[in-house]
Amino acid sequence: MTSIVPHTAHQPQAPAADAAPSAGGRRLSRTHREWLAAALFLLPDGIGLGVFVVLPMFLSIALSFFQVSGFGSYEWIGLGNYQRMLNDPYFWSSIWVTAKYVVVMVPTLFCVSLALGVLMKQKLPGMAAYRTAFFLPHMLSLVVVGLLWKFMLDEQTGVVNKAASALGMNPLSWLGDPDLALYAVIAVTVWYMMGYYMIIFLAGLNEIPQELYEAAKLDGAGTWTAFRRITWPLLRPTSFFVLIMTTVAAITGTFDLVFVLTSGGPANGTAVAMFYIYQQAFVFGEYGYAAALGSFLVLIMVALSGLIFKVTKGGRFDDEQ
Amino acid sequence: MSSDTATITKAAPAAGTTTAPRTGTTRRRRRPFGPRAGLVALAVVLSAVSIFPVLWMITSSFKTRTTVTDGKLIPTDLTWSNFAYVFTEVPFVRWLFNSFITAAVVTAVALLFHSMAAYALARLKFPGRDGIFVVIFSTLLITAPVILIPLFVVVRTLGMLDSYAALIIPPLFNAFGIFLLRQFYLGIPKELEEAAIVDGCGYWRVYWNIILPLSRPILSALSVFFFLANWNAFAWPLVATNGADLTVIQVGIASFSTQYGANWNYVLAAAVVAVIPMLALFLVFQRQMVESIKTSGLK
Repeated sequence: MTSIVPHTAHQPQAPAADAAPSAGGRRLSRTHREWLAAALFLLPDGIGLGVFVVLPMFLSIALSFFQVSGFGSYEWIGLGNYQRMLNDPYFWSSIWVTAKYVVVMVPTLFCVSLALGVLMKQKLPGMAAYRTAFFLPHMLSLVVVGLLWKFMLDEQTGVVNKAASALGMNPLSWLGDPDLALYAVIAVTVWYMMGYYMIIFLAGLNEIPQELYEAAKLDGAGTWTAFRRITWPLLRPTSFFVLIMTTVAAITGTFDLVFVLTSGGPANGTAVAMFYIYQQAFVFGEYGYAAALGSFLVLIMVALSGLIFKVTKGGRFDDEQ
Repeated sequence: MSSDTATITKAAPAAGTTTAPRTGTTRRRRRPFGPRAGLVALAVVLSAVSIFPVLWMITSSFKTRTTVTDGKLIPTDLTWSNFAYVFTEVPFVRWLFNSFITAAVVTAVALLFHSMAAYALARLKFPGRDGIFVVIFSTLLITAPVILIPLFVVVRTLGMLDSYAALIIPPLFNAFGIFLLRQFYLGIPKELEEAAIVDGCGYWRVYWNIILPLSRPILSALSVFFFLANWNAFAWPLVATNGADLTVIQVGIASFSTQYGANWNYVLAAAVVAVIPMLALFLVFQRQMVESIKTSGLK
């Protein structure tokens, strides 16, 4: 009997050598009982992940070869959707917007969260209160965040421009200018996310042995040298994790915010790829074309993750030895 | 980067921090307004900036139609009428109810399924275990928006569109919970279970009577996360449901705001009602949440 584990190619292996040696005849049945138990324990999540995550992933690729008109008539068009994609200026504009968003947002968020993490490491009086303040925005939903900032960034009535005027600066049309609007979306994202990644960095910083800093101090190293020579290299796994997570989130996770805050405007200045794909599918009913665009986006994401993995020499995810 | 403990002006230690033993090597006198004071000032200013929008939202929701854009933090004329309007004008209670049911059921069922899978991956030996874990882990990269369209097609094919099943079943399955729980289980000493297995307990009893009670802290943290994530969900409910009866709170607020866009006092009141339960959860469970985020930052 082989183990029944859904959705993975089962490779028969030699029975594990470290299995508890017990009475010869009983051993096999005990091993098999364990296999069966494992299969049953994995069954609910295995089926669920298979049907609602892995299957859609493959379906996305399959769908991309069809033209789907309205509800349910499929017509095989081979690479037609991909040809259309190559000649679709709106799609490339959305990729360009996404690229700008990723390139500005990811490093900014990284630096801000790391700085906050280092600040929280200083054991200042009132720590708990600051931590709460930084983390609180993350409790809101992106819909509420979008509405709130739409209210605050309003050109005439928003508090941001009122404050700017009071300080003698020119009020800006935050959501009315295509370039500015994207930076507004980036700023809001950083504000929303920084508390979460601050805690991740803080955890990474707490892993670094305190003795190293004390030794460095004795050797006369300044704060900056200690950071560059101790903190930065030892934080590598955490940095890798944060980079991957924020890049993936930046490519796909901005949909809610853009939907509510700017609806992709002005002049498609904030129409990120995910927003354009949503429009193709659920506004124009072009499911096949949207699936092709989505598959392309996943390809970019996998490539980028691989690139980050290479550049950071891979943070180790899992050392279970 | 120094967390110098040999300061003369000893600040009251904040809750949850432990002061390292004095090394006694370097004792420098510090002026009371040294770099530390600068850092405290910085932390205070940044905290204020971070929290200001949330306060602004809450106070603005008590203003009237005309004063909502007056740029004052403290409302001049407090009114509760915005909240009354929101609850009477739209089926707000229904939206809250839908979100609550969805988030509660998803949380309970997901915790059961994920802890079962995590137990098998952390403790049971079977062929292909590592391969399965890698496959599960790699699905972490497949974020929900990417499979929004094919997921919609799958759910439509299964005939689940426009039902509570559509709201509840797909969000159950994400690898994040499995991953965190597995990390936690790997850290539990094996002796307890081994003794039970030798005594002839079945795997289910070991899981139910030993593992689950031991994982109470991580389960409570994860339940807050799952509840929060599903309470705040927007994109999937937006495409999966059409009926007014199934509108969840986030979709409701978004549509409400397009309808009453200019009446910021109403829109913000609706947003505040949606946010308050989560803020309350956060303030109660803050410590557990922070701890569980820390375990996800990988070692």
